Amino acid sequence: MRKHRAFKIDRDAPEYTGPYRPYDIVKEGTIALIVIAILTVGLAVLFGSPDEHALTIKQWSAQNPVDFVQTAANELAGTSETATYGPPYNNGTAFVQKLGPFTLPNILGVRVPVNAAQDFVLDPLRSQPGPPALVAALATYKGASSTQQLAWATAYDTQANSSTSPVTFVNDKVVIPQGNYGPVATLLQYETQIARSGALDQALITGSDFYTTDYTKPDLFLADGQWMAGIGETQNLGGDQWGMMNETNSYPGQAWLWLYTLLYQIPPYNSTWAANADVDVWFTMIVLTGLLIFIPFIPGLRSLPRLTRVYRLIWRAHYREIEGPSA
Amino acid sequence: MADVIEPVETPDDDEPVTKTTGHPADATMWTARLRRRVVKALPPDRLLPDRQPAYVSSWIYVFGVATVAALVVVILTGCILALKGPQWWHVSTVGRFVNSCHLWSVELFFFSMVIHLWGKLFMGAWRGRRAMTWVVGGVTFLASIVTAFTGYLSQTNFDSQWISTQAKDGINATGGGAFFNVLNFGQMLMWHIALLPIVVVALTGWHVLLVRRRGVVPPYPAKAPKGAVLPAVAP
Repeated sequence: MRKHRAFKIDRDAPEYTGPYRPYDIVKEGTIALIVIAILTVGLAVLFGSPDEHALTIKQWSAQNPVDFVQTAANELAGTSETATYGPPYNNGTAFVQKLGPFTLPNILGVRVPVNAAQDFVLDPLRSQPGPPALVAALATYKGASSTQQLAWATAYDTQANSSTSPVTFVNDKVVIPQGNYGPVATLLQYETQIARSGALDQALITGSDFYTTDYTKPDLFLADGQWMAGIGETQNLGGDQWGMMNETNSYPGQAWLWLYTLLYQIPPYNSTWAANADVDVWFTMIVLTGLLIFIPFIPGLRSLPRLTRVYRLIWRAHYREIEGPSA
Repeated sequence: MADVIEPVETPDDDEPVTKTTGHPADATMWTARLRRRVVKALPPDRLLPDRQPAYVSSWIYVFGVATVAALVVVILTGCILALKGPQWWHVSTVGRFVNSCHLWSVELFFFSMVIHLWGKLFMGAWRGRRAMTWVVGGVTFLASIVTAFTGYLSQTNFDSQWISTQAKDGINATGGGAFFNVLNFGQMLMWHIALLPIVVVALTGWHVLLVRRRGVVPPYPAKAPKGAVLPAVAP
């Protein structure tokens, strides 16, 4: 068995035989704690912290009822982001990304099931003590074949989101040109009504139980519309605005995510790899993080800090001591 | 009738007993073995030193202890927020102030930690059997990022709403969304105030003990010692 190995400058450290000096570790720690505590309180007093109220569906349907109705129509027709998403919410494919040949979300499958039409529109409407018109519309919709349901919903969705004659909101009513929508126009009229009363927020939050801490459904529904996205953009929180490291009202956010955020802003992540940008950025970050953490074991890479010679600045007093004033 | 108690055998006079080695007859006990290993790895003068090498004289060394100090403030302010519940800071002036302290101590924590990390990188601080110290520090940085992220998701305001709806796509793309649902406030809160703080504090403690055990890395030799050999040990 080999008893000794050669000294390698980027792996080994020479045994220190120089002088020592007094060092009070407890005093150092205490002073550091006091200084940090004072800095913290000072910054908190000077700058405080942001607290923008959470958005509600009630606000959404009141401030931008057209966007709300268009989004609800997307949900019912199965054309929204959530409806087409894919795992972990459903079996869609629109947001399923591939890492080379691997489709990672499909491995674990649907674990947080969300049926956009049922969860965002039909179930909340059924949960309301609705008037006869709503009850009849729900019964008609339920009694129709799935092909017919989809035809009605698609016709409404297409018209509602058309560029020429889209849906409008006049005198607290949803107005849309005549079409073969079956009961869908009535359903979305009541959907808007319960949204504006605040009942839809409650129906989505407490849909399964009285106690809940899971906001998956209302947040997904809100995020499907353009209203929430617009508010985020005005706060510079968009993905193309370095939003991952920003916070509302220009407060510093997660600045330590700068590299992760940077990758989204540059090619090929925002160009040829854009369709799989999320998983590609994640994979890149995992590789870079691995290189950083395991740098002690990577020949060549572990030499870079020495080659930069920044250490000469850090230990300048030491080198001056052993090499003389000219060092 | 009272129970008979057998007299306890006392050590012979010629068998030395110290607080660290214990009685030789007990040397194979698990407790005695563990104590010996702990004391050997971290003797008191290394655990709580009152001397250190003269080369440890740069402002860069401040940021390690500053990171630990900031973590203490983060935990303390977080404990106050936890005592009062996640909604308190929205409706109380005191709560808002404590939340502000929590936010700024987190910013100071990461500011200090990142400078500490860059400083140690440029020092090649893994040299001389300190690789594990570096690795544990790096993993602590990662765990801290996840802890802070779940904190942003637990604010119960527009920030948490926005961040969760944006971040879901990145996590879902990796398949992670199947068990780490950023839109589930309850799940994120539990990660933030229970699971991850335990991990961060444990890793930080481990990192600090490794620093105390191996000491602060010496400077690169001015001239590489030619022909020098070292005992064959892992880096």
